[in-house]
Parts: sequence; structure tokens; C-alpha cells
Amino acid sequence: MEPLKSPYDLEKLRKNILAEKDPNAPAIAVCVSTGCEALGVKGCLKAFKEEFKSQGLEGKVEIKETGCLGFCEKGPRIVVYPDEIFYFQVKATDVPEIVSNTVVNKQVVERLFYIDPITGKAARNLSEIPFYKYQKRLLLDSNAKVDPKKIDDYIALGGYTALAKALYHMTPEQVLDEVKKSNLRGRGGGGFPTGRKWESTRNAEGEPKYVIVNCDEGDPGAFMNRALMEGNPHSILEGLILGAYAIGSHEGFIYVRQEYPLAVENMQLALEQAEKYGLLGNDILGSGFYFKVKIHKGAGAFVSGESSALMTAIEGKVGEPRPKYVHTSEKGVWDKPSALNNVETWANIPLIINNGAEWFASIGTKGSTGTKIFALAGKVNNTGLVEVPMGMALRDIIFKIGGGIRNGKKFKGVQTGGPSGGVIPEQYLDSPVDFDELAKLGSIMGSGGMIVMDEDTCMVDVARYFVNFLCDESCGKCVPCREGLKQARKILDNIVTGKGKEGDMEKLKEIAEATSAASLCALGQTAANPMLTTLRYFKDEYEAHIKEKRCPALVCKNLISYYIDPAKCAACTLCFRNCPVGAVEGERGKIHIIDQAKCTKCGTCFEVCPPAFRAVQKISGKPVPPPIPDDKRWIKKGGKANSAKGVAD
Amino acid sequence: MGIDRVDRIIDKYECETGVLIQLLLEIQRELNWIPPEAILRINKRLKIPVSEIYRVASFYTALSLKPRGRHLVRVCAGTACYVRGGPRILDSVERTLNIRAGETTQDGKFTLETVNCLGCCALGPVVEINGQYHGKLSSASVEKLLSKYE
Repeated sequence: MEPLKSPYDLEKLRKNILAEKDPNAPAIAVCVSTGCEALGVKGCLKAFKEEFKSQGLEGKVEIKETGCLGFCEKGPRIVVYPDEIFYFQVKATDVPEIVSNTVVNKQVVERLFYIDPITGKAARNLSEIPFYKYQKRLLLDSNAKVDPKKIDDYIALGGYTALAKALYHMTPEQVLDEVKKSNLRGRGGGGFPTGRKWESTRNAEGEPKYVIVNCDEGDPGAFMNRALMEGNPHSILEGLILGAYAIGSHEGFIYVRQEYPLAVENMQLALEQAEKYGLLGNDILGSGFYFKVKIHKGAGAFVSGESSALMTAIEGKVGEPRPKYVHTSEKGVWDKPSALNNVETWANIPLIINNGAEWFASIGTKGSTGTKIFALAGKVNNTGLVEVPMGMALRDIIFKIGGGIRNGKKFKGVQTGGPSGGVIPEQYLDSPVDFDELAKLGSIMGSGGMIVMDEDTCMVDVARYFVNFLCDESCGKCVPCREGLKQARKILDNIVTGKGKEGDMEKLKEIAEATSAASLCALGQTAANPMLTTLRYFKDEYEAHIKEKRCPALVCKNLISYYIDPAKCAACTLCFRNCPVGAVEGERGKIHIIDQAKCTKCGTCFEVCPPAFRAVQKISGKPVPPPIPDDKRWIKKGGKANSAKGVAD
Repeated sequence: MGIDRVDRIIDKYECETGVLIQLLLEIQRELNWIPPEAILRINKRLKIPVSEIYRVASFYTALSLKPRGRHLVRVCAGTACYVRGGPRILDSVERTLNIRAGETTQDGKFTLETVNCLGCCALGPVVEINGQYHGKLSSASVEKLLSKYE
């Protein structure tokens, strides 16, 4: 195909693509992102292809393989067009029914609808599903509509019109001005105003200037950048080219972690297609502006997500942060001015250019404009990606969209901002979520990870987990971070293993404060957050561990024992057969007991004990009751032992 | 070991700057680890000091300076998996394979690693084996899962 030479060419192409598409033609959209793939969507896809073949529909029904649609909990999700019928948790065995009933006969398969767990009602469209109803999906919505491997799909939705508008009707200064006016703040964690960052790169001396996409999403529990890059790579690329135009850059990098192979693949393909269409490379859209992009794969280091570290990694060196007395926007990659932004930040740019800064600033709060994507995970019912206007209350996100806590448990805290964030307790759930409000609570927005914790989560153990993580990921350059975190880990290790002592909490606080004051980069500076917030909001849990050697959430292995309640045990032998170390003693009809000396506390017995009995219990802070005498352990025939049989076999 | 395979990869990057990480990642993918011979070869051909190559190779978790097993088992240690019982799954894999995270079984069959986040938190706790994801695991189901691999 000939490269596009003008906005007119682009518009003509868009019309042609739309004209060739019959809006009433049947089509199916299947989410093939990593989450759904893990749920077995490949099997569904294969089944669709086979079924189309056997029903003679091959080539007549388009199969769109799309990116993440957000509702991972209920995946695989399938959309049948033209009527936009949504099916959830589809299995390969459901496919023949979907094809015969919905695709051919236009009838719905009601059992595959989303069923509201409270009302029991089936939802026909997305607005009836609470998970979607309360969201504002400016960025994520396109994921359902485009096949990320086809540039035509993006163009059909109006893709690259912002670029055409900027190149032909706006000066670089005007583009920059629009972004500044929108008050867009960096979505990667820092929340620095994007326009100001661009301006300083633009005004900095030195050529060439670089623009960089940061997709080194290393925060455990965050996957929004991956979803965008896998699902709609052109939106990020368009944003990047717009940024390059505004800044006066002709070379860009896209840094993706190698743990995201599909994101790399889709982005690579997007670059090739854009170049072929004349949207990238020399003389973009005939405007004379030129811009080239290279993909750089990250090799797995959390600290390399930090801007100065990422830039050294692009140079092929060890990704360690450097002091930022001179900002990377002025001296970045190879000491040249470099503007680095997060994936989500770049994806917002086309929206701002197309709809105007005023429109963008009208969404969200005054200090934090636009929407933000959160990765809602942990002990919440509806795990998935949630895009909401800034300023929505935490409670609404977790309970209205997230559907509350799993298994009817009680909410304990929500951890925002990844390992560098803090845990926010129940009393602050009504706080609005934006950059400044979260900072007031001692946490951060970060890149948007949101891990929900329930009563079964031990907050001391969580603090230990994050400190351990940061300790491993610290590059070791600054002593307070390298040594301080190591000492903090030691203290926390002691506390969770029952060796905590008076004064530990004060020492932790001191280390945390020193580390945050005396570290070079954000990793060390924010490493205090998980410690300080748990110390502040969950002091009683620390005290229970230290003073009573008790873990209130029954998590810390060294402080708990497993015990089989003889009054509840049905002697079904399930735990006996599953115990990996032979610590359970008993036989069918004879109440089981756990040999505490052999038990490794792996929790398998607790997991396999049928919910009807719940005989295996965890005990903490008090001694395990002695086993009952041998002669009292036999259960009479026709008693509980029989009722257990059905479960055991 | 296939020094010619290493050479072919170096050929691709010879004329560029700042390629060390990309080069090592590709060698890792091809050979499943970074053998000492490969490091020396890069040193000789690209004139990058051995110390620098070694430093990069030991800094990044995706690069392995030890040979890896035939099957790569990666247990997700991300926060979402952690609160859903990930540590118990890791215990269970370690017990079944009789190795610790970061080690390879004596017969060269399995290498066990932990990974910060696989990004499919809805399925936690998750284990990835040879690029395939296995979600919603319980410690009782681990043994059966691993027994499928030859």
C-alpha cells in the first residue's frame, strides 16, 4: 500500500475501511490477552474456528482477537456482533451453542450472561453490570473494538486523526500548550505535570532529543500498561509521535519488560504497520515531520522503571538510578534531553488533542484531571482493570465496581501504589482517589495497583513482604536503602517468627524515616510507606505479634498451629491422604489428629478439609489442646463417618 | 555450546551502540543461559570489558549465569498472589521438586524461580510453566500439576 500523504488520504482510507465493513455482519470479539489466555481462551478460539468450518460459516464471520476487556474475573469474555451480546466465562464446550443460537439464529444463550450475584438477574448489556456501570472507560473501551494486530481497526475508530490535526493545523507550541492546559499528570507514579516535563525537554540544549515510553511495569499487582500495549498499541504510538512533534524530537524508544512477550509482539507489529502507512518514519502524512522508534526490552529489574535508571538501561548498561540534580528531561539518554512518560500518559495524548484540553480538564478533580486505570486485585470479588474519573472514593471502587470482599469476609485494608505505596484502612475508605489525597494518607497513587486485603491478611506479614521485595530490588547504590532495608527486613522477620521484642516498632520507624530521607531515587524514598502506614494504622497487630506471640490473622507460620477439632472431624481421611509429610494420623472412621512435631504447617489439611466440616483449624497465641484418648476416637457407623463418605470419595 | 549461534546473534547487533542487554536477552533465549564462552566472545568481538558484561548479566533477573533445566517453573510472588496464598504454593513446589527457588533439579529437569508479577492477578495464585499459566492453584494440586512434565 502507498504511504498516506495527507490528512485527506487518511480520511479517505478511514471511509474506505468503514465502507467495506457491513455494520450488520456477524462477528465475534474474543479477548486473547494474557489473563484470558491463562483461563483457556485459546481452546474457545479453536472451537470457534472449527465450528464455523463445520457450519459452513468460514470466512463469513469475522473473529476479532482483542486485548484485555478488564473484567478478568469473569473471563474468557466473548462479544457477539452486530447485537453486542456479551458472554462471560465461556468454555470451549459452549461454543457450538453460541454459533448455532446467537450467530446464526440471533437468539441469546442466557446462561452465559453475567448474573448479578445479589439480584440473580442476568445482564444483557454492559450498563447493567455494576463492574462496568460505574466506570468511565476513555482508554480501555477501545480495547474491545480493535484487533491490536490490525492498524485498520484503529483507523476506523478515528485513529491518527489527532496526529493529522496536529501536523497540519497546530504548531508544536500549540500541541504543547494544549497538553499543559489539560493539566495531565504522569500516570507512572510521580504525578509530575506532563506538559511541564515536555517543555523542559523542548527548551533544553542538545540534539538529538528523545521521547520514551515507559512500559517497565514492575509493580506486582499492576497490569494496566500491559493491557494497553497488548490491546491498543497504536494509541500509545500516536501519543508518542504527538509528543515528539511538540518537543522537536525525531527519535523515540519504547521500553517494555521482557515478561510481556505479547505486548512486545503487538507493539513491534504496530510500528511496522504505521511505517508502511506513512504514519511513522520519514515525511509523516506528507507533512515533512520525521520520527523513528525502537523497542528496547527490559531484562527484569524493578529499579529500572525509575526514569534515570531506565535511560541507562536503554544505553545497554546496568539500570541504576543516578542523582537528578539535572533532570533527565534535560540530560537523559546519552546525556541528551529526554522526555519519558508512562504508557497510560502517552495514550491520553490523542484524546486531549482531539477533544481539547478543556474537555479533559473537566473530568476528574481540579488537581488530578482525567481518568485513571486501576488494577483491582487481591481479596476482591471482581478482579480486573477499572478506569474511573480521578476523585472517585476508594469505597466505590472496591465495593460498587469491585463487588466487595471475596467469600463474605471483612475488609481490612487496601494497598495502593505497589510496593512503594501504603496500606489504607477502613476509616479512610471514603477518601477520593487522586494524587494528592492518597499522599495525605501516607500512600501514593503509583501506577495504579490496588490490592484489597481482608481479615485473613496479616499486616505485619504484608509489611515484611514489601520490605523483602524492595530489599531484593534495591540496586545497592545508596547505603540507607541497601543496608537500612536489610535491617528492617531482619526486624520484621523476627516479629513474624515470634522473636520480636520491645522497641522493634520504634526502630523500624527510625529506619524507615532515615531511608526515605537519605536515598537517591524513589525506590528508597518511598520504601518507608509500607512500614509507616502499617505501623500507623495496624499497631495492634504488631503488638500482638511482639507481646503475645500471636498472629491475629492466623497467617504467620511460626506463630500458628494446625489442629483438628475432634467434635467436627468426620474421619473422612482427606487430610490424612493429602498431608505431604505424613503428619496426620487416623483412618476411616477414626478421628484424625495432627502430630505437631511432624507438621510443617503447609496448610494443605486446612485447604482440603470439606467446608461442611471445617474440622481443621488454625490456632495462634495459645497451646494446642492435647489429643483425645485413642478409644474415644472411633466414630460409630451410620454417624458422621457415612455422611463424610460422599465428599471423600 | 554453539559459539556459532552466539556469533550469529552478535552479527545482528555489531554496528549498533547500547545493545548489550538486547544481545544478552537473545543469547539467553537461544541457549537458555549465558555461558562464560558467550561472555568472552562478546568481549572479543564488541570490545566490551568482561567485567561490564558480567555486571549486566548478573544484575538482571531474566539473565541466568547458570544452566537452566528443561522446564522453567515460575511461581508468581506478586502481591495479589501473595495475599491469596502464593507462599504456600511456593512451599509446595519446593517440597515436591526438592529444590529452593533459584535452583535447578539434579537431573536438569526443572528450574524453579519466583517472579514479581505475571499480571494475571484474577487467577492468583498463579504458576507459569514453560510459558503456560496455571491459575487458582491449591497446594494440594501442585504435585499433580508437576507430575505431567517429563
